[in-house]
Amino acid sequence: MLELEELTTDYGPVRAVDAVSLTVPAGSVTAVLGANGAGKTSLLRTICGLVRPTAGRVLLEGEEITGLAVEQIVRRGLAHVPEGRGVIGELTVAENLRLGGLWRRGAAAPIEEIYELFPRLRERQGQPASRLSGGERQMLSIGRALMARPRVLLLDEPSLGLAPLLVAQIMGLIRRLAEGLGLAVLLVEQNARGALSVAQRGIVLNLGHVVADQPAERLAADERLRHAYLGF
Amino acid sequence: MTRFIDLTLSGISDGAVYAAVALALVLIWRATRIVNFAQGAMLMVTTFIASAVITKTGSYPLGFFVALASGLILGAVVERVLIRPVESAPPLNAVIVTLGLYTLLVAGAGMIWGNTPRSFPAAFSLQGYKVGGTTLLFTPNDTFIVLVVVVVAVLLALLFRATSLGLRMRASAFAPEVARLLGVRVGGMFTLGWALAALVGAIAGVLVAPAVFLGPNSFDPVLIGGFVAAVLGGLDSPPGAVVGGIVLGLALSYVSGYEGSSLVPLAALAILVIVLMVRPSGLFSASKERRV
Repeated sequence: MLELEELTTDYGPVRAVDAVSLTVPAGSVTAVLGANGAGKTSLLRTICGLVRPTAGRVLLEGEEITGLAVEQIVRRGLAHVPEGRGVIGELTVAENLRLGGLWRRGAAAPIEEIYELFPRLRERQGQPASRLSGGERQMLSIGRALMARPRVLLLDEPSLGLAPLLVAQIMGLIRRLAEGLGLAVLLVEQNARGALSVAQRGIVLNLGHVVADQPAERLAADERLRHAYLGF
Repeated sequence: MTRFIDLTLSGISDGAVYAAVALALVLIWRATRIVNFAQGAMLMVTTFIASAVITKTGSYPLGFFVALASGLILGAVVERVLIRPVESAPPLNAVIVTLGLYTLLVAGAGMIWGNTPRSFPAAFSLQGYKVGGTTLLFTPNDTFIVLVVVVVAVLLALLFRATSLGLRMRASAFAPEVARLLGVRVGGMFTLGWALAALVGAIAGVLVAPAVFLGPNSFDPVLIGGFVAAVLGGLDSPPGAVVGGIVLGLALSYVSGYEGSSLVPLAALAILVIVLMVRPSGLFSASKERRV
């Protein structure tokens, strides 16, 4: 479970995240929606420790992780799949996966488990990750995050640049992962329709603060919000 | 023909030293994207320490290992104390810091050990091998130099390719932020990169000192050779550094033998300029970009 309490982040004079509070229960997906520059990516970067918050708290399984170094937060069971997928192109597919579980030592997920989830990755295990297609990269970065058996998964725009069919597959996978592994998933998306189709809860950010926090179906049905912030 | 063999063999021996210095530069470049202009001064200091130990104890192996240990420590300390504060600053800051460190170490060594170059013992005989009545320039000590550098290169390759520590180091070098997100302690990997580089540099210093003598500025030409070799190989490729070192050693040896030794610095410069013009990413570079 992931909880945010009044989390606030400033970049110099610019307030990127403004007193955001939310709860992501285990085994569920919460979608964070909003236009470009609404603060979605800043929110994720603050949660995982890449950016220090100005105020507020982050709790992971009830324990405060605010202000810890990224490496420490990761060791508490949080995995962040960054925007643009973050695969390391110079390493092979198998090396990328192994890297994800290294800090776990013996307790990492067996690489076979990831290959069963994504058979394409098994076929390409010896190739440099730079040769992968967009969809394969997305599989690799999600699979790599799963290697560490996290409790909380942050996903930054997993649908970016993917064909509609692939988007649907990835979204379905995210839902299954959350339910199957009991993961708390915080899913940041521009593709609001896709994200709301798999999320239990939807949050809309505008200029860094929460303008809506509702069950996903209600949000998807709210025409005023859709027109004003979500563009569908 | 004997002359050609002589020049080739001594080119390989010189090249091995260039390769070791180039490896040190490449390790630091890969880890932190910094060109370490203090590399020559750092290996000068560790070689002085080795010299002091050998003079005191009379044991060459002991001096050799003390040089390695002091290299490891010096590299780690330099990264932690001097480089870490400027790591997130523009690259030029770190370059200036390494230049400052160079000046500091050279001046300090001059104050402690004096500016007059002194001799440094070789590990093995400096008498050339005798083959069928003729004496080659290649000596048992040259064999030692080449073997040591080969062993160092193989061990480094194994470290990077076959161990999880090497995987973490490569990940930190290629994508520090992603590596941190995967739980890699990137700062520690940077420190280790500098420590390993200084260790490899220390080896080069001990190997080449019998030939260039030991003084505060004795290793400057070796450092320049190492730079050219590293650029030749692509600056971020350890195999490239080794090949670059050997190619440079051979080229300079032929120039020196057939045209005269006074042309060697000019030849090194010409090779550098030609490589930068014709193939700026080097022979073996993995990435296209070059930020120097």
